[in-house]
Amino acid sequence: MPPDIQAPKRRASTTPVLDVVALVSVGRHPVTGRGRRADLDARGVELALSLPEAQTRLVHAGRYDADSEQALRGYLGMGFKDLTLLEQPAGSDVSVALGEALEDWGPQLVIAGERAEQGEGSGMLAYLLAERLGWPLVQGLAAIEEVSQGVATVLQALPRGQRRRLKVRLPAIVTVDSAAPAARQSAFGPARRGECQSLTVDACKDEALSSWTMQPARKRPKRLKIVKAASARDRFKAAAAKAEGGGGQVLSDVTPDEGAEAIYKLLKDEGVLR
Amino acid sequence: MSEILRRDPRKEWIARNRLHPKHLEVLAELGRGAASEWMGPQGLVRKNPHAVGFMGPHGIRRIDRSGVQQGQGAGGARASAAVSKPRVEIDEPAFLVTVVPDMGGGRLSGHDRDLLGLARQLADADPDARGAVAVVTFGAAPEDVDEAGADRVIALEAVEGFAPERRLVLLEAVEREFAPRHWLLPDSGLGGGDLGRRMAARLGERPVTGLWQVIEDPEAPLGWQCTARGAAGSKDILRPMPRLVMALAECAEPISETRHAATPLMLEAGLPEVSEPALPGGVDAPWIEDLGQVPVDPAGVALSEAEFILSAGNGVRDWDGFHEAAKVLGATEGASRVAVDDGYMPRDRQVGATGTWVTARVYVAVGISGAIQHLQGIQPCEKVISINMDAGCDMVKRADLAVIGDAAAVLSALVARVQSARGQEGATESSDASATTDKEARNAA
Repeated sequence: MPPDIQAPKRRASTTPVLDVVALVSVGRHPVTGRGRRADLDARGVELALSLPEAQTRLVHAGRYDADSEQALRGYLGMGFKDLTLLEQPAGSDVSVALGEALEDWGPQLVIAGERAEQGEGSGMLAYLLAERLGWPLVQGLAAIEEVSQGVATVLQALPRGQRRRLKVRLPAIVTVDSAAPAARQSAFGPARRGECQSLTVDACKDEALSSWTMQPARKRPKRLKIVKAASARDRFKAAAAKAEGGGGQVLSDVTPDEGAEAIYKLLKDEGVLR
Repeated sequence: MSEILRRDPRKEWIARNRLHPKHLEVLAELGRGAASEWMGPQGLVRKNPHAVGFMGPHGIRRIDRSGVQQGQGAGGARASAAVSKPRVEIDEPAFLVTVVPDMGGGRLSGHDRDLLGLARQLADADPDARGAVAVVTFGAAPEDVDEAGADRVIALEAVEGFAPERRLVLLEAVEREFAPRHWLLPDSGLGGGDLGRRMAARLGERPVTGLWQVIEDPEAPLGWQCTARGAAGSKDILRPMPRLVMALAECAEPISETRHAATPLMLEAGLPEVSEPALPGGVDAPWIEDLGQVPVDPAGVALSEAEFILSAGNGVRDWDGFHEAAKVLGATEGASRVAVDDGYMPRDRQVGATGTWVTARVYVAVGISGAIQHLQGIQPCEKVISINMDAGCDMVKRADLAVIGDAAAVLSALVARVQSARGQEGATESSDASATTDKEARNAA
């Protein structure tokens, strides 16, 4: 089976410059809880950087303070001169401000991470933007192979490492899966030199979010193995059963060909041979 | 003549007389050979305590009360228990709870069953006004949907491939016609998670995602309070449950004790058409076109999410043959710790507690004896095949199929078998093609 997936080819496209907007957010380190580049957003920026002839604009909507500035500079350190900031107070609905801004700019491609690492993290933002702008949306991208003639060819990540090739008409919104290539390291110098250009926009307070209770995630209870047995014998058997093993077919004293035939049959039944 | 029931008093007498030389013969003839219990003429149950049990090896009667002896009877009883699950019918539901299962491979997954359990919990909360659970499927519904807890089945048209807009339009039609009280979808990457979010955006509802617990709460608008994971799994959000729910696996217990009606429901308004508004730019192309699945290099698939793993251990001597086999079978390569320590395989291919915990559907262990750390690492694997010289090792006990023999010989035989099967398939395909061309030629003539 020849490997069909390779790094996106750098091919000169006929469109002069592809206008790309990468939406970035402030992430949260899973162990220390400090602000950082959000992993999926950074992968999205990496995808945007891998596109030839693309002009990428980093956009962040949210609060701006010392902690979030540190995290946002992480994106600037990937090789950007500036970042557009739609400043919003904490606890506001950023989809409204972003929708308005995107309507104004009219980019060809919007790249975002699948879900945020802070706040509600429902993964709804891209869907709300797509609905508002009336654009197609493709979720869970692993790579963007080619953009030409107003159509993007993308690879979508399926479970178990599989991929699906899709063609999307531009302008479109795509979200990035964790199967996309990892983001490059953030360089300190460009991160310090980069600028955050703040745009003043109206903020829309998220009333519902403020009425909910947020607490650190509790460990989910483990599901117990419930034995629903009609008779005492079944209950005893379930309680005394070994955790695993038994019931397997053992082929001893067979020729290699017979053994191979049995294995082939099982593999065929399971449908893993292509 | 044969309809008249005739009694043979002599045979009945022999059947009663255990000392008669023809006693057993006659019992067998009358069909009461092994029976230790029968219904007497007065309707009383008669027992023969002497017919219980069997003669052991030393002429001692043994009575096995574990139930094995009446294997037939026990099996029958179990089968009838499966049929006799109490059937629940809800004729006049107060409201509808719709569930849109993922149905990967056309079957209800464990996640889907959990979701149906949650739906039942929501529907049956108020015994005076019970709701009905409606399962919405794209294509035919699976057969066991009644035992999973579905009162109604809404089978929409089959949608192949990635066509979220089409699915969304169909679900909108269901929403318009039935206006269910709750919409439940599995919060799984590409299936329900995607569809549910699209639907929420279209309907203008604010959904809950990553739900894992519901609690009754009369003050909430829909009567339920829920707990959901937020902020990439690091926060729990407590909030009133909205209409549209995307729930995690194990959000509720699946249904196992009842059967439900699974009555088909039809859309009376008929199926709508998808409209794709023109986008700026003037390009005339469909919004999203599915070009199908792409063949993936199995060596590039992460071990933890590979579907089919061929794993090597200390028993492998012919490493070129092993790599060749992995290539031909299209399997991702794994290794036990010994093979990695000896430098035959890279560290990132190590399977087990100290390496990667794999979730493969089929795991082939070649020359691996099965240390406990390795067995821990392959615990979620569905089918394990072992090729090993030692019939007594732990991997053989764990395996669903174990072949005792030389690993290199069995692997090369397997490679030859797969290649010959592929060659045959290719031959039949080409012969099919030639047959069709023959037919076309004849038609043309």
